[in-house]
Amino acid sequence: MADLRKDNNVKEVHYKLTLCDGPTCIHNQSKQLHQVLDAEIKNRGVQNVSIHLSGCLGMCKKGPILIVNPGYTMYGNVKAADIPEIVQSHLVEGKPVARLTIIEDHLYNRFFRIFGDVDFFGKQMRITLRNCGIIDPENIDDYLSVRGYEALAKVLTNMKPQDVIAEVKKSGLRGRGGAGFPTGLKWEFTAKAVNGDKYVICNADEGDPGAFMDRGTIEGDPHTVLEGMIIGGYAIGAKKGIVYIRAEYPLAIKRLEKAMDAARQCGFLGKNILGTDFSFDIEIRLGAGAFVCGEETALIHSIEGSRGMPRPRPPFPAVSGLFGKPTLINNVETWANIPVVILDGGDWFSSIGTETSKGTKVFALAGKVRNTGMVEVPMGTTLREIVYDIGGGIPNGKKLKAIQTGGPSGGCLPEQYLDTQIDYESLAKAGSIMGSGGMIVIDEDSCMVGLAKFFIEFTQDESCGKCTPCREGTKRMLEILTRITRGEGRPGDIEKLERLGGMIKKSSLCGLGQSAPNPVLSTIKNFRAEYEEHIHQKKCRAGQCAAMLSYTIGERCVGCGACKRVCPAGAIEGARKEKHVIDAAKCIRCGQCFDVCKFNAVSKA
Amino acid sequence: MTQVETDKLNELNAFMEQAVQNEHSDSYLIAVLHKVQQLYGYLPREVMDTVADKMQIPTAHIWGVATFYHYFNLSPIGKHTVSVCLGTACYVKGAEKVLDTVKKELKITVGQTTEDRLFTLQEARCLGACGIAPVMMIDDKIYGELDAKKTVDIINQYRKAEKQNAEKQS
Repeated sequence: MADLRKDNNVKEVHYKLTLCDGPTCIHNQSKQLHQVLDAEIKNRGVQNVSIHLSGCLGMCKKGPILIVNPGYTMYGNVKAADIPEIVQSHLVEGKPVARLTIIEDHLYNRFFRIFGDVDFFGKQMRITLRNCGIIDPENIDDYLSVRGYEALAKVLTNMKPQDVIAEVKKSGLRGRGGAGFPTGLKWEFTAKAVNGDKYVICNADEGDPGAFMDRGTIEGDPHTVLEGMIIGGYAIGAKKGIVYIRAEYPLAIKRLEKAMDAARQCGFLGKNILGTDFSFDIEIRLGAGAFVCGEETALIHSIEGSRGMPRPRPPFPAVSGLFGKPTLINNVETWANIPVVILDGGDWFSSIGTETSKGTKVFALAGKVRNTGMVEVPMGTTLREIVYDIGGGIPNGKKLKAIQTGGPSGGCLPEQYLDTQIDYESLAKAGSIMGSGGMIVIDEDSCMVGLAKFFIEFTQDESCGKCTPCREGTKRMLEILTRITRGEGRPGDIEKLERLGGMIKKSSLCGLGQSAPNPVLSTIKNFRAEYEEHIHQKKCRAGQCAAMLSYTIGERCVGCGACKRVCPAGAIEGARKEKHVIDAAKCIRCGQCFDVCKFNAVSKA
Repeated sequence: MTQVETDKLNELNAFMEQAVQNEHSDSYLIAVLHKVQQLYGYLPREVMDTVADKMQIPTAHIWGVATFYHYFNLSPIGKHTVSVCLGTACYVKGAEKVLDTVKKELKITVGQTTEDRLFTLQEARCLGACGIAPVMMIDDKIYGELDAKKTVDIINQYRKAEKQNAEKQS
């Protein structure tokens, strides 16, 4: 790998080395280490380094301890024989020797301390995102320096396919695409199927509006996804893998292509991987903007070059998938977890999380919350911790109204569910779903009926049209919701929505239809009063449904005329420097006067 | 046929010849359509016939596929594509206002192209930039934390650049 390292220009840094000089470390020859270190540094002519001795750090079991700053890299149980490697790799080349650092047994959170005490990171635990933001995603050497492809090497040299599957089963890892099917079982089914070639697919068709975890993972650490897939291929006996990714993610595609090229050059991908007789290659296929293609059978049809329409299961893809062959489909996040499961072990992995849901989950935190972005938390973390401790709460002094998880297939949970623990079962019990990881925080400015309509509009548009309940049912639901938001709701509409929603859930073919009514049903369940206000009092408390608003100009008006000029309906009258008035009959409720007024004189209600 | 058009066709043909040699060559149809759109900006009817011929796939099937996916344009588009994101995060943060502003500014609705062929307006499902919602994308560039004024300013930048371009050429 030496030639790979050539293009790394590490700038000269002043390193401060602190060697623990407490009694235990002295006993463990820290004095001798000091001399060796000093000699080695002089020998190699390394400049800009100073060595300091410290009192007992208290971590005596790991002594002698050597801390290298900047970077807070902590080496434990340092032996004289390790010194040349530390000096060369860390002080000369700028690459900490991960193998010798104190948390070397775990892949996760390895570099976490560099984030310091920032609240945003405090409650997070990074397994999937362990390298995101840390390594250069376009440099395979960076990935190798964090034990990249070591899991693959371990699997190919020390493990039989059935051992790999056993390890994944032991980890308790479940599908991160949303449904939460046990990953190990899926692998086992596919491994057992016998029908010629087999395929491995990575589902990177992240279509949920408001979700960007997969994009972030691929853009930040493409190799970990590839490594997971290659291990999967070995475990089930496949020779070919396909990444099905949205065409809307050009940067992720570019990084993935670059990573594949580099992996091929280094012998991690292609023929005879790492000199063994296992061969496996990966190809990228682009999606073309169809939400339903996230469903596995639809995704397979799309890869086959057809309209992405789902088909009934069974047969499951594990038996008859791509081109009729056994196919293993997992989501990006699931794949990214695999190297950790292999290196840190299934036992360790299953020690994190709750009884039924193991490991961590990445969420795309967005909406009305201070710190938007990607966060990864152990299963069992509460919604409150995510929104308030990590997310920093709601900006502008507004009140939280709901948390939406699971995108168009999920539900809206009101404030009283804030202490719900995040795992597949608890979220389902509360009336939402884990989903792929979108989490949208909604404050009092959003109308829940409007939000339900937004989601139904989405699923209606994305319904592939194959089965009637989904195609026609969502359309009727949208009509009713549109009517309600226009102030034309009728008594009985809520019950009709509930009946229709229940029917669509029960009778649709695929996951899209079966979950499409969820946003409506969950908002009816938790925010029924808002629906009733819309229907009976023609009132939208969030002030979002334009048809139910009325605009008035109050005493603060100075008569500047700004609103009059901007009004497209000519509904505002008033002489210069005198209070203006809105003619409610002419007003089309576009809200432009409200936006343009510098004196907060226009009010809406 | 102009030289540019011949070049495009040659590039497409070379791409298809490669695809046909692969196992399950039918499955490369979507990749070929992506290539067509990359070259022409949309899927022209006559080019589809070439695809049908070269790939040995019925035209009806090709149109079935082309019309199923939102990503493919079936009519010519403007020089710049403005995609306003209507994902959930953007919706919650006022994407509809951004869309209304663009519609008003360009005097077109979603799916249409301005008369001067400078802009085509599209809605996007989610651009994955939820952290800086509401966003819009013009060609490959993402603009975030938009309000009405910022949106208009950005569109005007493109108009200005176009004008300068035209002046330079004349």
